[in-house]
Amino acid sequence: MAPDDFNFLAQLVRRRAGLVLTAPKTNLIEGRLSTVMRRFGFRSVDALVKELRHGRDTLARAVTEAMTTNESSFFRDRAAFEQFRDLVLPHLIEARSDSRRLRIWSAACAAGQEPYSIAMLLDDRKLAANGWSIDLIATDVSAEMVARAEDGVYSHFEVQRGLAIRRLVAHFSQEGGNWRIHENLRRMVTFRQFNLLDSYGWLDDLDVVFCRNVLIYFDQKTKSQVLDKIAEMLMPDGALLLGHAETASGLSNVFLGVDHAPSLYVKGRIAAQRLAAAG
Amino acid sequence: MKNCLVVDDSRVIRKVACRILQELDFETDEAEDGISALAACRARMPQLILLDWNMPNMNGIEFLKTLRKEREGMRPVVVFCTTENDVAHITEALNAGANEYIMKPFDRGIIEAKLVEVGLM
Repeated sequence: MAPDDFNFLAQLVRRRAGLVLTAPKTNLIEGRLSTVMRRFGFRSVDALVKELRHGRDTLARAVTEAMTTNESSFFRDRAAFEQFRDLVLPHLIEARSDSRRLRIWSAACAAGQEPYSIAMLLDDRKLAANGWSIDLIATDVSAEMVARAEDGVYSHFEVQRGLAIRRLVAHFSQEGGNWRIHENLRRMVTFRQFNLLDSYGWLDDLDVVFCRNVLIYFDQKTKSQVLDKIAEMLMPDGALLLGHAETASGLSNVFLGVDHAPSLYVKGRIAAQRLAAAG
Repeated sequence: MKNCLVVDDSRVIRKVACRILQELDFETDEAEDGISALAACRARMPQLILLDWNMPNMNGIEFLKTLRKEREGMRPVVVFCTTENDVAHITEALNAGANEYIMKPFDRGIIEAKLVEVGLM
């Protein structure tokens, strides 16, 4: 790829989704562009970039989506889900015992494994059956991923990574070689395409935010902006879960880590001490 | 070192599974049917058994039912690894005392994930 074309692509993807593309990843980038080239009928990256320079929005959107990483698995980074189940959820169930309402956001849901993993943990607690209102919102920048997640169908290989066999039998039905999530869990999740750089106005009063393995693709300024926006939407005693390779330290004046729970962040020292003590 | 008995009538599957398990720091032994697997367990009970379903002489489910009846206190982790990929077979295996279930075809990622599930990684 010509340096000029690379710089144009990097700026486009950064502007539209905050993603940072680096020159050493040129091969990976060209590989991801190949699916877009096939879909739109381009024979070369040069031709594709030339068309992008004319400002074709559907193409720019497809290229941006192709640059996102959609790797995921059920209960990925198990420790984060254990922290949610053992520290965050017990506190919220007690603190929200009057309103009986929980609002949880899976911010980069890819093919849906994360929100459905959360739904399984909520189902374990029988919250909906006990009259709780659960808003489990799942978003991704990729429309294709959102559609896949909403469909809730996973391959033989996908359901065998991170999912205990008892959960598979309890929560999925077999469809040929694939497995479909049961309707009660699928209905628990509201899916929507959403860019983390856009306005969060519709995401108020959140109790928990899962924003995992997405900040790593942003530059420092964008990471801080996203964390600030999450902080605004999160309830004072709410919790943020990041990926195991991510941190809010040095990026946010609001979030504090919880001792012995490396993925977990809360707003303020009192909340951090309370959850650390509960662990 | 953790040890695993790989029980499968296919020499190729045994070889592939053993290689993956050895890369994951397991010592491995092999058996080609339920009868020879029982003999191996009676001589030295492994921590983990990777178990095929369809085998001559004694199949996987018969082996598991027999195993779970003997040697009180010795409960190795049993992970089925089979082409019987339907809910009825999975349920039957769990009811007979299987700890986990791998649906063939498998790869290293699946074996690794299942070992995490049963607490052996």
